[in-house]
Amino acid sequence: MTSRLVWENIAHRPLRTLLSVLMIAVPVTLILTLIGLSTGFVDDSRRRQNGVGADILVKPNGASLIGFTNATMPLKMVTMLSGEPHVTQAMGEVVATIGGFDAIMGIDPPAFKRMSGGFDFVSGHDFQAPDDILIDTWWADQNHVRAGGTQSLLSHKWNVAGVVEEGKLGHIFAQMEPLQEIEGGQGKVSQIYLKVDDKANIKDVIEYLRKKYDGFPIVSMEELQSLISADKIPLLSTFLRVIEGIGVVIAFLVVSLSMYMAVLQRTREIGILKSLGATRGFIMTLMLAEAFWLGFGGTVVGVILSYGAAAAIHAAMPASLPVAIVYSWWPIAGGIAMGASLLGALYPAMIAIRLDPIEALAYE
Amino acid sequence: MNSPDPIIHIHDLRKVYKTGKVAVEALRGVNLDVAKGEFLSIVGPSGSGKSTLFHIVGGLTPPTSGEVIVAGENVSTVGDAGRTELRRKCVSFVFQKFNLLPNLTARDNIRVALYISGKGDSGFTAEFTNILDLLGIAGRLDHKPNEMSGGEQQRVAIARALATAPAILLADEPTGNLDTANSLAVLALLRDLNTRLGQTILMITHNVEAAEYGDRIVHMRDGQIVETV
Repeated sequence: MTSRLVWENIAHRPLRTLLSVLMIAVPVTLILTLIGLSTGFVDDSRRRQNGVGADILVKPNGASLIGFTNATMPLKMVTMLSGEPHVTQAMGEVVATIGGFDAIMGIDPPAFKRMSGGFDFVSGHDFQAPDDILIDTWWADQNHVRAGGTQSLLSHKWNVAGVVEEGKLGHIFAQMEPLQEIEGGQGKVSQIYLKVDDKANIKDVIEYLRKKYDGFPIVSMEELQSLISADKIPLLSTFLRVIEGIGVVIAFLVVSLSMYMAVLQRTREIGILKSLGATRGFIMTLMLAEAFWLGFGGTVVGVILSYGAAAAIHAAMPASLPVAIVYSWWPIAGGIAMGASLLGALYPAMIAIRLDPIEALAYE
Repeated sequence: MNSPDPIIHIHDLRKVYKTGKVAVEALRGVNLDVAKGEFLSIVGPSGSGKSTLFHIVGGLTPPTSGEVIVAGENVSTVGDAGRTELRRKCVSFVFQKFNLLPNLTARDNIRVALYISGKGDSGFTAEFTNILDLLGIAGRLDHKPNEMSGGEQQRVAIARALATAPAILLADEPTGNLDTANSLAVLALLRDLNTRLGQTILMITHNVEAAEYGDRIVHMRDGQIVETV
């Protein structure tokens, strides 16, 4: 009977229910979209870094390990590093950002092939001319670009020579020298990847290089992978916590207001229930059960809307922000919404149970 | 009237309402006994205290002083939980404005009362089904209040009140919102229920003709019983 009463209360005022559910869905969608963005970005970065096949990354003196870096390291460092003990290969790379989170990766094709095993071509062919670029399938799909087409990037017209499988280093690739010229950084690279003779030597090599190249951020690829996570990026993790907090507050206020309105609207009905002998616990249960289902509805709608938000981001910023659907966060976002809903219903429920039955019955 | 075994016993009942700094004495030493199976009508003008008496006997509000014993429960000494228990177990209400839950069908309105009273809401007993027939609403149980006439709604309210087999049925102006035909029908029903089932009924009304349906009529004025007929 309790569930019947709760359901009838929810169904009897569909507009209020719909608005409450939608308002609760907003923070759920917000949380899931931001988590999806950070996770998608991090997963994409990890996968591409992993696809390089390197063991160690060296970045310019004073540069951050995370994020894009301008080409400031002399190319001769590639030769120097390749001659260090246990280092079997060094590969320089130029990173030229093209706006948003995208960049063109300038590579030395033979060196890249040796380190990563080379590209897997889906269509088109390898670099043949200085203005050739390769794009991966993800970027090609997002931007509706095919091999044989052209792209205007960095105020330069590029020929899309080929489309390759995604998962290696970046989404757009050019040859290093033409990109250095366009960027005005001839003879400079943004970062250098190293491969060592034996994985067991990675730690020793890093230790040796850090002493020799003091001030240069040098890190194993394994360590870099662990650094690329939402939790390890201070601003991002703080941002996520703030968004979660906002979500809790919104859900709390929405449900509190909604349930307060419900108490006002149902004052007479609460009076009737009291005249029938309904206990405080019974009325409290009704109110909290209604808040629970509003929270549940908000969670379900929020999850559905998060798919819409992901699609909207893809449509608005193709190839810039990979959004993942993070299933493991569904119960967390739901828990936040439902917890806040129950919390928000507590005060109105307290008002309801304290209503004077005579005044409640006289309420118009 | 001094009944040998009253189901309602009221002695020197007083009730004072405080409105801001003003104290209003609604009941001023009421003494009343109601016998089991009696149909008592209470009449009086507005402000006579009849509604306050009704609310105290029904456990909706506590008395300020005096003794009120309803179906063996001393209402004057119990707290909010005790009065809730009284409403759950011993008394049922029929109101002027019917007070049915608008979201629910007639059947569910009755089931809610059964559920709250702890008597189980899975189905109606044969005895209660007879009462539904007597009330003439057996065919209207799946309708919501807004799909029924005022007379039908009041019959559903009476059915809901009787579903829990209360010791006392408290009716507050039960015909106040009904036309003459429906008023007479409801009053005849209450009279019939009292006669056939021995249901104790305490009815408040300002209508002297309606009060005539009771076994006894108590007149109230200025918070006191002034005459018993």
